[in-house]
Amino acid sequence: MRTSEERLRELLLLGLAGDAQAYNVFLRELGAHLRAFLRRRLARHPDEVEDLVQETLLAVHNQRHTYDPGQPLTAWATAVARYKLVDFLRRHARTDLLNDPLDEESELLAASDSEAREARRDLARLLDDLPDGQRLPLLHMKIEGLSVQETAQRTGMSASAVKVGVHRGLKALAARLREHK
Amino acid sequence: MKTDELIAMLAAANTPVDPAAPRRRTLLALALALPVSVLFTVAVLGVRPALGSALLLPAFWVRELFCAAVSAAAALCAVRLAHPGCRLGRAPLGVIVPVLVLWLLAVVLLAEAPPPARASLLLGQTALVCPWLIALVSAPLFFAFLWLTRQMAPTRLRLAGAAAGLAAGALGALVYTLHCPELAPSFLAIWYVLGMLLPALAGALLGPRVLRW
Repeated sequence: MRTSEERLRELLLLGLAGDAQAYNVFLRELGAHLRAFLRRRLARHPDEVEDLVQETLLAVHNQRHTYDPGQPLTAWATAVARYKLVDFLRRHARTDLLNDPLDEESELLAASDSEAREARRDLARLLDDLPDGQRLPLLHMKIEGLSVQETAQRTGMSASAVKVGVHRGLKALAARLREHK
Repeated sequence: MKTDELIAMLAAANTPVDPAAPRRRTLLALALALPVSVLFTVAVLGVRPALGSALLLPAFWVRELFCAAVSAAAALCAVRLAHPGCRLGRAPLGVIVPVLVLWLLAVVLLAEAPPPARASLLLGQTALVCPWLIALVSAPLFFAFLWLTRQMAPTRLRLAGAAAGLAAGALGALVYTLHCPELAPSFLAIWYVLGMLLPALAGALLGPRVLRW
């Protein structure tokens, strides 16, 4: 799927440069590919798919600085998804699921599924447990879609404090997901 | 939270990624850790006698080159392992080839030496402390490189930890040459390699716990 690769890569590069709109589209389209990719691999546990889609999207965001523009996006995104999948399976200690071959790198963008089911685990609840300096900026971004600048104005925090809070908050969220279950 | 809400939140939280950040972090980590290693070597262990005249010996530079080459190659491996989906390629050869060349050099040297001289070519005067001191000198670099790897996203945690540890061990060995009087390739082939492997082993053991993301 050459066109998907090129399109997603362009969107991500725009996102890395700070374009929130392009980044939103990138996450949405990648999320659809991830959903199809993970659904095939978690065929026996359809309830867990959406949780893992969310966890992988969060990882993609937190690790977006590790994408090297000279590298195929598919290779990078597949490696992130596979890492999260293996981590998930290990956590669940369901080694039987590992029978599925995980090595098709070109496969991620071959299918797409934009129909999000309900996640079993509520990220919002994990978000509530974060300290205020991390939770408040994230809440403003989640509910009103405010930018860093707007959130800073609204909360009276400095822009850099908002950035740090968001960065740490999302990392903490990922860590909590890892320890969950 | 629905996935769409999560995506909206992440997009709103998106800030531009500075492509120069990894380089800056690397320089910062080296600027903090390397002086500690050097200072420890110079102030606590002491500079070897006649360092000035040793600088004229080819064997001195063979040793420097060996440590530098292994460190650079291991660092390249660590960088690649820290990027999801990035292949190692031939980078491990940069570690393996210098070691093999050194071993070959050592075998030739030992074969040509008269039998009574062989023990001292192998053991020098510091064989028993050498690997431990290299590991000790490497310690600040070890933490620096592991921290750098933690900022990225390695997917093979044990291997990534080992590569970061090996890069630290070899760079530590390079610093340790300021103190170490041993120049025989046969000595380096065993004790330096062991000294570099200690931090690599520590990295492999710590990797799965410390580098998760």
